[in-house]
Amino acid sequence: MDKMPKWADVILTPLISLILAMGISAMVILAIGESPWLALKTMIDGALGSSYGWGFTLYYTTNFIFTGLAVAVAYHARLFNIGGEGQAMVGGLGVALVCLALPWPHWGIALPAAMIGAALFGAAWALIPAWLQAKRGSHIVITTIMFNFIAAALLNYVLVNLMRPVGSMDPASANFPEGAHLPTLSGMAANVGLEWGKNTPVNITFLVALLACVLVWLLIWRSRLGYEIRALGQSEPAAMYAGISPVRITVIAMLISGGLAGLMAINNVMGEAERLVLNAVEGAGFIGIAVALMGRNHPFGVFLAALLFGFLYQGGGELALWTSIPRELIIVIQALVILFTGALDNMVRMPLERIFLAMRRKGRA
Amino acid sequence: MGEAVADTGGRAAASAPFAIELRGISKAFGPVQANKDIDLRVPKGTIHGIIGENGAGKSTLMSILYGFYKPDKGEILVNGQPLAIADSQTAIRAGIGMVFQHFKLVQNFTVLENIILGVEEGRLLRPSLAKARGAMKRLAAEYQLNVDPDETIDELSVGHQQRVEILKALYRQADILILDEPTGVLTPAEADHLFRILEGLKAEGKTIILITHKLREIMDITDNVSVMRRGEMVASVKTAETSPEELAELMVGRKVLLNVEKTPAQPGAKVLEVRDLKLVDDESVERLRGISFDIRAGEILGIAGVSGNGQTQLLELLGGFPEKGARVGGSIRMNGQELDLTGSRSDAATRRARGIGHVPEDRQTEGLIMDFTAWENVAFGYHRAPEFNKGLLMDNAAIRADAEAKMEHFDVRPRNPNLAARNFSGGNQQKLVVAREIERNPDLLLIGQPTRGVDIGAIEFIHKRIIELRDAGKAVLLVSVELDEILSLSDRIAVMFDGRIMGERLPDETTTGELGLLMAGVTDTAHADASQGIPPEHKHIEDVSGGAA
Repeated sequence: MDKMPKWADVILTPLISLILAMGISAMVILAIGESPWLALKTMIDGALGSSYGWGFTLYYTTNFIFTGLAVAVAYHARLFNIGGEGQAMVGGLGVALVCLALPWPHWGIALPAAMIGAALFGAAWALIPAWLQAKRGSHIVITTIMFNFIAAALLNYVLVNLMRPVGSMDPASANFPEGAHLPTLSGMAANVGLEWGKNTPVNITFLVALLACVLVWLLIWRSRLGYEIRALGQSEPAAMYAGISPVRITVIAMLISGGLAGLMAINNVMGEAERLVLNAVEGAGFIGIAVALMGRNHPFGVFLAALLFGFLYQGGGELALWTSIPRELIIVIQALVILFTGALDNMVRMPLERIFLAMRRKGRA
Repeated sequence: MGEAVADTGGRAAASAPFAIELRGISKAFGPVQANKDIDLRVPKGTIHGIIGENGAGKSTLMSILYGFYKPDKGEILVNGQPLAIADSQTAIRAGIGMVFQHFKLVQNFTVLENIILGVEEGRLLRPSLAKARGAMKRLAAEYQLNVDPDETIDELSVGHQQRVEILKALYRQADILILDEPTGVLTPAEADHLFRILEGLKAEGKTIILITHKLREIMDITDNVSVMRRGEMVASVKTAETSPEELAELMVGRKVLLNVEKTPAQPGAKVLEVRDLKLVDDESVERLRGISFDIRAGEILGIAGVSGNGQTQLLELLGGFPEKGARVGGSIRMNGQELDLTGSRSDAATRRARGIGHVPEDRQTEGLIMDFTAWENVAFGYHRAPEFNKGLLMDNAAIRADAEAKMEHFDVRPRNPNLAARNFSGGNQQKLVVAREIERNPDLLLIGQPTRGVDIGAIEFIHKRIIELRDAGKAVLLVSVELDEILSLSDRIAVMFDGRIMGERLPDETTTGELGLLMAGVTDTAHADASQGIPPEHKHIEDVSGGAA
């Protein structure tokens, strides 16, 4: 009873954090002699002002939904999976292998197959840290972060030595066959006679990501497995008492988490690049941590936070393109948002709680 | 009922000011009024008991006195002088010392180092240590507070650790000592020793405030007693002029049956047969050293013992979740069938399927998920049951309906299944667990510390349910550190010490003294009569066992 209402915690806290982050960003921009107002306008115009901007924003959003969900699922078992980056990389390898294995006749067949490949490879990459955590107590934060580096090295090797087409100078796989090209949302809009988001990378994977949000919600709050995952996350002795095997649930939660991170590759590898390149993930695995934090590990929150970070990514790109604000500053802005919504969460929440308490007391008096 | 306060001053009322006087203390946490207009007068040189159910506001009141909380309203007078106690430093300077229920000692420091912690003088430790050593010698002689000053805390028994806490307070020149539930972790003999120490302190003119929920202790040792209920001080009386029944009624606000009414047991077939159960934990400590017993249908076997003598391991092993890395041996038969001890079918889920219900010792870390709602918790452990599942998903509506029914049966308050478990009081949390396990009608109920931290009203209720289960022809294994509880509920009593069963007794044919000796590892009961149930000053319980076993 001592707390503020849930809506305030879920909506007001991140919102105020966001405003604070924007305020400080504005001051930084002022300090380098640019106009924060113009910067904000450029970002909003660039990311949300046209269907073209939206096409990119939603493309990034799709990436962040998958990596955000990955962190959220693991977090419910109190496992801090910061290996989304590596799992998504290896998921990309799975996608590439599936797409290049057969002359796929139609994307409708290639997509489910590639999804299986992506999820399996991503899950496999999470399996070893999960097993080490469950059986040996090796801390999952340490092992997953090390596996990010191993994944990068592995991909480097595979692309340069194994998958690079003969004679190519580029450390990338061959292009995927025509039948493995995913329909873009702009293409789908054109089919029904709408002109929307021409030449943007957002593709059908966005819908898959939305579906994933719903499925994760069902998993966590409606399924028995989710119940057991949450129980283990809250208290391991209680889980043991209830006959829930910590080893089994730890491994399963990490497999699902890794699988979700791997699924991101459907978007960037299959949907956008249509071949596997080096560093295809571009930090989306790490953004996923901030997305999950800000989204309170709830699929709907993850969706909203992913949208925000999609906007920051696309808007930031526009900022670099159209103003003389250096690219590095965009990273500063993104970092500030992460800092305030994630790490400094309590800084906003505690005063807010106090205000609500004071209001309640006054209301009673 | 503030008017009763006036006549408690006793012999000190006439002249000397009170050691502690509280006037109109109020404290609210959000909407919860933890203390409401509390008046309290503690005469100098007396032992004053404060008794009340969990959540009655005792701890809040003491925390205010020790400077942890600031009262919203009211006045504190120490030795007649008004004092604003802003922090614990102020309280210590005013001569108030506190011994917490959970000791605040640094485990790998020596006794001396712990005593000077926070009051070191100068940059070098040596002078402070020497000074403390001298003081300890003096205090030990004066009050029987013997502790080896160079032993590290983790080498000491719980009773000795408590003495260190008292020494700490005395070293800080405390004249007023507050003890919060001091006997919860002690054997009867250790508790008696503590009371002798307190008597000695009182004789030296110290004032002692004893917070407890044990009526017997209040009756035995205090001069005056104040009763709290729901944040209010409902009565302050002289102990000599009251009775346990009256105090219980004041605490709960209605008449309470202190003694459990039960008919003689009608034991049936053997339900549980335990043979030579052994357990070695992952640090290679033998926790169970060959435990054997039977429980028949329709009887309650009570296991008495000081906590930490293997009862926890026994319950966990029977319940199917021995701690990680433990090696186990022996056999368990349930209804004539051998149970898997170590294999893939040795988990808690399989045990439940075999008809074993389990109310664990620690409801907050094992029995409940504190952040889950009440309805989620009422399915906990049984969440795989077909009636709680619908295809791939859980049938939340069915679980909620089941939880509502159980909360109704067990009078869980507030009756809101959507509330998180942590928002219920200790007694109601325990009712949730007991309801879940008993309503499944298990053939065998394992129940550990059924009433730890549970208020008197709920204790009565839970005891009745346990007896009802027995009368329905089920077997019950009761583990408790409360001897009174063991004596009043059990049909047979086994005493555990250091991983062994030291002996079995019938409740009608034994005494607290005899059980106390067994709990300390002494099997020679002839010796018990000679020493009237109190073993000689035992520095380490282990020493006693070494001599006797």
